Amino acid sequence: MTPLHLCLLISTGLFCIGLAGALARSNTILVLLGIELMLNAANLNFIAFWRFGPPSPPANGMIFVLFSIAVAAAEAAVGLALIIAVYRHQNNIRLQDATRLKG
Amino acid sequence: MTLPVQYLWLIPALPLLAAGIGALTPRNGRNLAAGSAILAMAVAFVLSCFALNGALQAPATHAVYNFAWFDLGHDALRLGLLLDPLTAFMCVMVTFVGLLIFIFSLDYMKEDPNYSRFFCFMSLFAAAMLGLLVANSLLLLFICWELVGLASYLLIGFWFHKPSAAAAAKKAFITTRIGDLGLLLGMLWLYDSSGSLLFYDGGHGVLEAANLASLTGQTLSCGLAVSTAIGLLIFCGAAGKSGQFPLHVWLPDAMEGPTPVSALIHAATMVAAGVFLVARAYPLMSADTLIATAPVHALTVVAFIGALTALLGALIACGQTDIKRVLAFSTVSQLGYMMLALGVGSWTAAIFHLLTHAFFKALLFLGAGSVIHAAHHEQDIRSLGGLRPRMKITFATFAIGMMALSGVPFLFSGFWSKEAILHAAHEWNVSPLPLYAGLTAVVLTAFYMTRLVAETFFGQARSPAAEHAHENHAVMTGPLVLLAVGAVLLGFLGTPACPWLQARLSGTELHSSMSQLFASGGLLLLSIGLVGAGLVTGWWLYGRKLRQTAEHRDPLAVASPAVMAALASRLGFDELYAATVGRLNSLTAALANGLDRWVIGGLVNFLGQFGVFSGTLSRETAESTLNHGFDQVSASIRGSGQRYSRAQTGEAHGYLRVIAMAFIVLVLLLVLGGSR
Amino acid sequence: MNSFPLLTLIIFIPWLGALLLAQMSRAHPKIIRGLALLFSLSTLALGLVAWANFTPAAAGYQFVEQHRWISFLNVSYHFGLDGMSLLLVLLTGLVAPAALLASWKIERDTRLFSLLLLFLQGSALGVFLALDFFPWFIFWELSLVPAFFLIKLWGGPGASRAAYQFVIYTIGGSVFMLLAFAAIFAAVGTFDFVELAVLAQNGGLATKMSGPALTAIFLGVLLGLAVKVPLFPFHTWLPSAYAEAPTGASMFLTGIMSKMGVYGFFRILWPLFPAQLHAAAPVLIGLALGGVVLGAFAAMAQTDLKRMVAYSSINHVSYCLLALFAVSSCGSEPARDSVVPALSGALLQMFNHGLSASALFFGIGVLEVRSGGKRGLNDFGGVRTAAPVFAGLCGLAMFSSLGLPGLNGFVGEFLVFRGVFGLAPWAAAIGCLGLFATAWFLLTFWQRVFHGPVGPGVAGFKDLSGLEIATLAPGIALMFVLGVWPQLLVGLFNPLVTAWSGHLP
Repeated sequence: MTPLHLCLLISTGLFCIGLAGALARSNTILVLLGIELMLNAANLNFIAFWRFGPPSPPANGMIFVLFSIAVAAAEAAVGLALIIAVYRHQNNIRLQDATRLKG
Repeated sequence: MTLPVQYLWLIPALPLLAAGIGALTPRNGRNLAAGSAILAMAVAFVLSCFALNGALQAPATHAVYNFAWFDLGHDALRLGLLLDPLTAFMCVMVTFVGLLIFIFSLDYMKEDPNYSRFFCFMSLFAAAMLGLLVANSLLLLFICWELVGLASYLLIGFWFHKPSAAAAAKKAFITTRIGDLGLLLGMLWLYDSSGSLLFYDGGHGVLEAANLASLTGQTLSCGLAVSTAIGLLIFCGAAGKSGQFPLHVWLPDAMEGPTPVSALIHAATMVAAGVFLVARAYPLMSADTLIATAPVHALTVVAFIGALTALLGALIACGQTDIKRVLAFSTVSQLGYMMLALGVGSWTAAIFHLLTHAFFKALLFLGAGSVIHAAHHEQDIRSLGGLRPRMKITFATFAIGMMALSGVPFLFSGFWSKEAILHAAHEWNVSPLPLYAGLTAVVLTAFYMTRLVAETFFGQARSPAAEHAHENHAVMTGPLVLLAVGAVLLGFLGTPACPWLQARLSGTELHSSMSQLFASGGLLLLSIGLVGAGLVTGWWLYGRKLRQTAEHRDPLAVASPAVMAALASRLGFDELYAATVGRLNSLTAALANGLDRWVIGGLVNFLGQFGVFSGTLSRETAESTLNHGFDQVSASIRGSGQRYSRAQTGEAHGYLRVIAMAFIVLVLLLVLGGSR
Repeated sequence: MNSFPLLTLIIFIPWLGALLLAQMSRAHPKIIRGLALLFSLSTLALGLVAWANFTPAAAGYQFVEQHRWISFLNVSYHFGLDGMSLLLVLLTGLVAPAALLASWKIERDTRLFSLLLLFLQGSALGVFLALDFFPWFIFWELSLVPAFFLIKLWGGPGASRAAYQFVIYTIGGSVFMLLAFAAIFAAVGTFDFVELAVLAQNGGLATKMSGPALTAIFLGVLLGLAVKVPLFPFHTWLPSAYAEAPTGASMFLTGIMSKMGVYGFFRILWPLFPAQLHAAAPVLIGLALGGVVLGAFAAMAQTDLKRMVAYSSINHVSYCLLALFAVSSCGSEPARDSVVPALSGALLQMFNHGLSASALFFGIGVLEVRSGGKRGLNDFGGVRTAAPVFAGLCGLAMFSSLGLPGLNGFVGEFLVFRGVFGLAPWAAAIGCLGLFATAWFLLTFWQRVFHGPVGPGVAGFKDLSGLEIATLAPGIALMFVLGVWPQLLVGLFNPLVTAWSGHLP
C-alpha cells in the first residue's frame, strides 16, 4: 500500500462520515460540521496528490488548499450567521423546520 | 499752471473716488462722506481752472488724448479725452456750481439719515457729468450720459419711501431712455458708416472734414443725407436729457428729489448735457446745411423743437403753484432757448446762455431750497408769502436770480445771453417763427417770475410755516451770495460789445467795439420793451393787490378759468402719454404674454396632448392584436415553470439527499463503467 | 502638447465629488456642504490654471486630449479648449459655487442636492470642452438628469409639471439632433467636430450628401439646440422651469444651461452648416428678434418675479443668437468691421448674462426666503428701507442686466448692436425696443419691491447675512471690473473671433 492509497482511504472515510452527518442530523450546526468534514476530505486529496502524485510545480496543491480553507472559513461565517437568523425566527435550529425560503 | 490733456481724467476721477468713499462709509460717517465730496469737488475745480487756462492759450485747437479700451479684431475700440475751450468752460462751471451746491447741502440735508449716501450719489453725478464733458468719443460720452441718468434716477428717488418720488424717478429714467435709444442708434449708425466714434483723431475723427464729407455725400432713399439722419437721432438723445418737447414730461416730476439735486442736476448741469451734446457734435449736426436739396436740415428741426419748448415751458410755468415746479418749467423753457440758439446756428450763444443759466437757475433753486428749508417743506406759493422781511439775504439773491432769468436789461447776465440768442434767431433766414416764439417767451418769463416773487416774498404770511420762517445759516446763504455775484457778472463775458466768451469758444479773433452794442438796436429795444411788459403785467395781476389767504383764487383763474386749469394740468401731456404710450405698452405686454401663454403654449400643449393620444391609440392596438399571441406563449411558460417549481420544497435535507444521490450515481458510473 | 490631463480633471473632479458625497451617508450636512463647495470651486481654480497657461494669440484648441475610444464607431475621447470654452469654463467656475452657496440653507436631503449640483456642473463642463459629438452628446443629455431631479424634488408647487415639461421638451429636441448626427456619421464616418468643420469648409460634406438631406440634418440639429437655448418660439418650457426651480438650480439653469445651447450654435451649427444657416438667416433673425422683443414685453406682463427674470433671460440670450444670425446672414460679402464686434459682443453677452441673471435669481431667492415663499411683484414694498445692502447689491445686478454703461452688461449689448446694425440695420432698430422694455420692467420691479412705503411683512426683513454677501459679492465685483475693463475677457477670445471672421465663407 503506497502512502497515496493510505491518504485516499482516510479521506474517503472522512468524506463518508461527513456525508452521513450532513444527511442524518437535524441540528443545522451539525449539518454544517458535516459539510466541513467533506471539504476537508477534498483538501486532504489535494495535498496527497500533490505530494505523492506525478511531479508538478512547487506549492501547487498547497495553494489550492489554502484557497479552499479560506472559502470554507467564509462559508462557515455566513452559515453561522444564517443559523442565528433562523434561530431568531423560529427559536430552534431544526433544519427540517426552515422551509420558508422556497420560491 | 495748465493741465495737459492726458491728465484730464483726474477731473472726473476725483469725484468718483469721493463717491466710492461715500458708498463705503457707514451711515454714521457723515463728515467723511461730505468732506471727501467737497474736497474732491474743490480740487476738481482748481484743476478745471488749470485746464481752462491751458485751453485758452490755444482756443482754436482740440487737444486730444486717445487710448485703446479693448481689442476688437485687428483693431481696438478707442476712447479719448478732449480739451478745448468748450470742455474747459463747462468743467469750470460744473465744478464751481457743484461745489457751491455741495456746501449748501451740508446744512440743507443735515437731518437726513442717509446723509452720506446723498453725498455719494452727488459725487457720482459730478464724476459722470465731468466725464461726459471731457470725453473725446461719442461712446465714452454715451457711457457717462447714461451714468448721469443713473445718478439722476437715484437722486430723484432719494426719498424712495415716498411713492411719488419712486414713480418720478422711474418716469425720468424711462423717458430719457426713449431719447437715449435714439442716441444709441445714431451712435451705431455713425460708428458703422465712419468706423470710429472719436470726435477728433488727427483727421480721422467723426467731426473732422474727411468723415463729414463722406457722411453728407451718402443719401438715403428718402432724400435725407446720412449725416442728417444721424444728427436727428443724436438730437433725440439730447431732447430726452434736456427735457425738450415732447420728452419734457419727466423734468417737472423730477422735483420730487431734494432741492440741491434739483439745483445741480435738473437746472444747472445734467439737463444742459443735451445742449452740450449738440454743441459738441455741432460740425456733424450742421454738416448738411450746405446741401441745398435736402428736404430738411437737422438743425432746422432742432430750432423748431427748441422754439416750441421755450414757448410751452413758459406757458405752463404761468399756471403752476409749486415753487419748484414753476422753476422746473422755466428750466424747460430756457433749455428750449438754448436749443433754439443751436438750431439757428449760433452754438456759442447757446453755450453762453447755458453758462449764465446755470448760475442764475442754480441760484433760484437754492433760493427756493432756502425758502423750503425755512418754511418746513412748504412748497406751495399760495401758502407762503411775506418772507421778504424774514429772509432778507434769500430775498435779495432770489430777486437777482429772478431779474437775470427775466432778462432785466444791462446789469444781469440773463439779459445778455438771451439777447445773443434772439439776435441769432433774428438773423436766421429759414423762418421767423422761432424768433416770434422766443420773443413771446420773453414776456411770459418776466410775467411768471414776477408772479413767483410776488406770491412768495410779498404780502403777508399765509401759513404758520411761513410765519415762523427765518433766515438760514451762512452755510446756506453763502453759496447764494456767490451765485448771485456770478449771475450778475457772467453776462459781461459775452456782451455784443466785447464777445470774449463767444470768440474763445469758437477760437476766432475777438472784435470788440462799443458800436456793436447797438448794431441791432431795434431788436434790443423790442426785447427790453417785452421784458417790461411782462414785469408790468405780472405786477398788475399779482403785485398790485396781494393775496390775502391761501384759498384765495388766482387772478389768472378769475380771468379765464379754462386757460388756468389747462396750464395747471400741464396742458394734459401726462394724461396724453398715459393714454397712448403707457397703454400701448401694457397692451403690447399683455399681447406678448398672451401670445406666449395661449398661442405658443397652447400649441405645445396640443402637441403634448396629441402625443398622449397617439400613445393611447398605439397601446390599444398593440394590446388587442399583437399581445394576444404573446400572452399565450408566456402563459404556457408560466405553467411549466409552476410544475417544475414543485420540486423546490424548501427542505435542505431534501436537497442534500438529491445531491448525495447524484454523487453516488456519478461515482458508480465512474467505477463501473470506468473505461480506462 | 501638454501631457497633463487638465481638461479631464476640470470635467471629472465635480463628478468625483458627487461620487464621494454618494458614499457619505452619515456625514454631517456641514461637512457635506463644505466638501461640495470645495469640489465645485475646483473648476474655478483649474480654470484659472488654464487661463494662466492659455495662449490667446493661438486661435486653435489648446490642452487637447485625444484618445481612441470606440474604434468601430470612430469615436474618440477628444477634448480641447479655445477662448470661447475657457470663457464658459470660468463662468461655470463662478456660477456653480455661487449656486451651492445660495442653497446653503436647504435642509432637506442636503447630500443629494449638492451631489446633483456637482453632477450637473461636471456635465456642463463636459459640454463646453468635448470636441467629439459622442462624448458631447452624452454630457448634453446627462445634464438633464440632475436638472430634472433638482427641479422636481426641491421646486415650488408646480415643480413636477415644470420638470417633466422641461425634460420632455429638451429630449424631444435632442432626438432630432441625435438622428441628424447619426445621418452625418453614416455619410462621413466621423463624429469629430474639428474634422467635420474642415469637411464643411472644403465642401466635403456637401459632396457626400444631397442638398435636401443636408437641410434636413441642419434642421434637426437646429431644433435640438433651439430648444435648449431657447430660441423663440421653443421657449415655453423655460419660464415655468426657471420659476419653479429652487434658487440654486435657477441660478445654474439660467447662468450655465442656457449657455450650453448658445455654445452649441457657435461650436456646431455655425461651423458645420454655414450655407444652410445663411439660407435660413432671415427667418432666424426674425425669431431671435421675436425673443428679444416679445421676451421683454412678456416679462413686463408678469407678476411673478421669477417668471419676470426668466423672460428677461429669453430676451438676453436672444441677443447672442441675433448677433450670430446677423453674421451668418451676410454670407459671401461679409462686412468684416461688423462681424468682429457682433461675435465678440455675443460671447461677452453670454458671460455677462450668466453673471447678472444668476445674481437676480439669487436676489429673488432671498426675497422668497425672507417672506416665506412670496415672490409676487406686489407682495413687497420698501425693502430698501429695511435692507439697504441687499437693495444696493440687487440694484447693481439689475442695472447690469438692463445694460447700464459702467457695468458689464453694456459692453456686450453695445457690441452686439454695433455688429447687428452694420449687418442688418432694421434688426438693430427693432431690437432697441427690447432694450426699452427691459429698462421698463426692471425699474418697475425695483420700484414696487424696493421703493415706496414699507409693505406688510417687510418690516422685519433682515439685511443680507455674511454668507449671502459672500455669494453675491464676487459676481457684483466682476460686474464693475468687466464694465470698466472688458479687455480682461475680450483679450481671451479676440484672436479667435478674428480668425472666425477671416474664415467666413
